[in-house]
Amino acid sequence: MTSSIGALNNLADRRLLAGGPLTGISNMLGHPFIQHALLAGTAIALLSGLVGYFVVLRGQVFAGDALSHVAYAGALAALAAGVDLRFGLFAATVVVGLALGLLGGRGAADDVVIGTTFAWVLGLGVFFLTLYTTHSSTDNGAANVNVLFGSIFGISAGDAATAAWIAAGLIVVVLLIGRPLLFASLDPSVASARGVPVRLLGPLFLAVVGATAAEASQAVGALLLFGLLAAPAAAAQRLTDQPWTGLALSAGLAVTAMWGGLTLAYAAPKLPASFAIMALATAEFGLAALASTALRRRVRRRHATPLPVTAPTTAG
Amino acid sequence: MSSGLSWNLADDVRQMLVFHFMLNALRAGTIVAVVAGAVGYFMVLRRQAFAGHTLAVIGFPGAAGATWLGLSPVFGYFGICIAGALVIAALPSGGRANAGLGGYGEESAVIGTVQAFALACGFLFVSLYKGFLSGLNNLLFGTIIGVSDDQVLVLLIAGVGCLAMLMVLARPLLFSSVDGAVARARGVPVRVVAAGFLVLLGLAAAGTSQVTGSLLVFALLVAPAATAARLTARPALGLTLSVFIALVVTWAGETIAFFSPYPIGFWVSSLAFAAFLLATGFRAVSDRHGQRRSRASARPMGNRVAAGAV
Repeated sequence: MTSSIGALNNLADRRLLAGGPLTGISNMLGHPFIQHALLAGTAIALLSGLVGYFVVLRGQVFAGDALSHVAYAGALAALAAGVDLRFGLFAATVVVGLALGLLGGRGAADDVVIGTTFAWVLGLGVFFLTLYTTHSSTDNGAANVNVLFGSIFGISAGDAATAAWIAAGLIVVVLLIGRPLLFASLDPSVASARGVPVRLLGPLFLAVVGATAAEASQAVGALLLFGLLAAPAAAAQRLTDQPWTGLALSAGLAVTAMWGGLTLAYAAPKLPASFAIMALATAEFGLAALASTALRRRVRRRHATPLPVTAPTTAG
Repeated sequence: MSSGLSWNLADDVRQMLVFHFMLNALRAGTIVAVVAGAVGYFMVLRRQAFAGHTLAVIGFPGAAGATWLGLSPVFGYFGICIAGALVIAALPSGGRANAGLGGYGEESAVIGTVQAFALACGFLFVSLYKGFLSGLNNLLFGTIIGVSDDQVLVLLIAGVGCLAMLMVLARPLLFSSVDGAVARARGVPVRVVAAGFLVLLGLAAAGTSQVTGSLLVFALLVAPAATAARLTARPALGLTLSVFIALVVTWAGETIAFFSPYPIGFWVSSLAFAAFLLATGFRAVSDRHGQRRSRASARPMGNRVAAGAV
């Protein structure tokens, strides 16, 4: 993640050059900061869409919520300790993801325990924020906002490339474990009977979710990454029951929300990028929910019409 | 904020109460702790912790939006939290006890999406309202500075109303929380009671977010109640204990925040979490003790039987 000064410069740049909503796409693509945002954003959205689909399928959305709190605390702990923010981000989320996977096997903890624990983790993040604020002289209100709500327009060329490479690596991992993971998610007992290493896959997958959370928080921030994981995946699940189609659809919807959000935020500089991305992802889910309800109703009506015909015959 | 802390407690308290903002913070904290402890106890009993969390999270865009429009954030908190509670009550699953993040993929994904969108909206309002970025942390993580006299008055009115309504609802609420089917059979209007309680929850969440911030409401709304529930199964005692723990956590948190450079959100959530951990540990130890005692009393009998058989 770049310094806050870089982010502010880019912001001013954006305001100046985005003359109006009708500035051409080619004009937009000419800005280096847009290119970096698109590179990192596309990779991160693709990853979030894929991982999010499994998260929703496995009913582990709470883990996404938990990891978003951990991401905040981890990033600020790293800032307070004076190391690279991403180091704290990845270390905290991957370790907690693994721990959740290893502990979660023995019965699900109840929501009160999870909620109380992770509220405290967030409180710890605020503690690190104060530590960072009191022990360094830089302007770090901006750093806090960047961790909470992301700063994709402030990402540097090097950071964008790193984020894209990490995302690409994680996508390969997800695709490699995709088949057994799908099997294990849909029917764990049959999968383990067939020799799928279910006990190994669970923690491994949650570690991947942790790394994804760290990636996504660079784009939309620790508070909103949960939405980027959940919304496209939930939309895809509304639209199809086919797992592989759903997986592709989820990734596609996430990338669409990312591209649309970046364009919207570029065209209307008053909109923060993470808000635009999240708003589009939410809209996608809303439309998918409406479409699936309408579809289901039509199917039900089609099924309902023959009933009166068959009813008398069964009665008679 | 660090004025000198001495070992003379009375002196410290006097030193703290010289400041009007501190007096207001303690007044607001006291009202909020009583309401949160009481409403929270029923919430934990009804397993609606995440409904409370969602209501608190949507309070953030409410407060930020109200500030952007030039209104007092207090109205934003209460307005949107009550509206949100009514929406949840109107949802088909809202009447059911477990409308939370139970782990079922679809439903929790929807809740997650709503929460993330609410936070994104709050961020939008904050960034539209220039110069307010420094207030972002106060909205999210709470502050002890800047509780106005008006805010205390609104909190007091809301708090008294909330407690009065809770007193009216308490018996049917307890009945329908413990056994919904029987309560319905006995003529308790379960749906109305559930909707009324959600409105109470909205009020409590709105009040709590003004002390702990929108993201840390679990510290006052859930942790004291969960702690009390670990310590006793009796409703009246549990309710009292929950309010007591919430009060202690708030007062201690605000006092330590006054004398230390670290914010109230951190102290209140840490103290509440510590209380919860202690109660959980105590419960585990006493359970094991009870088990061992019952096993110990069972063993001689077993030995006797075995000896008799030999």
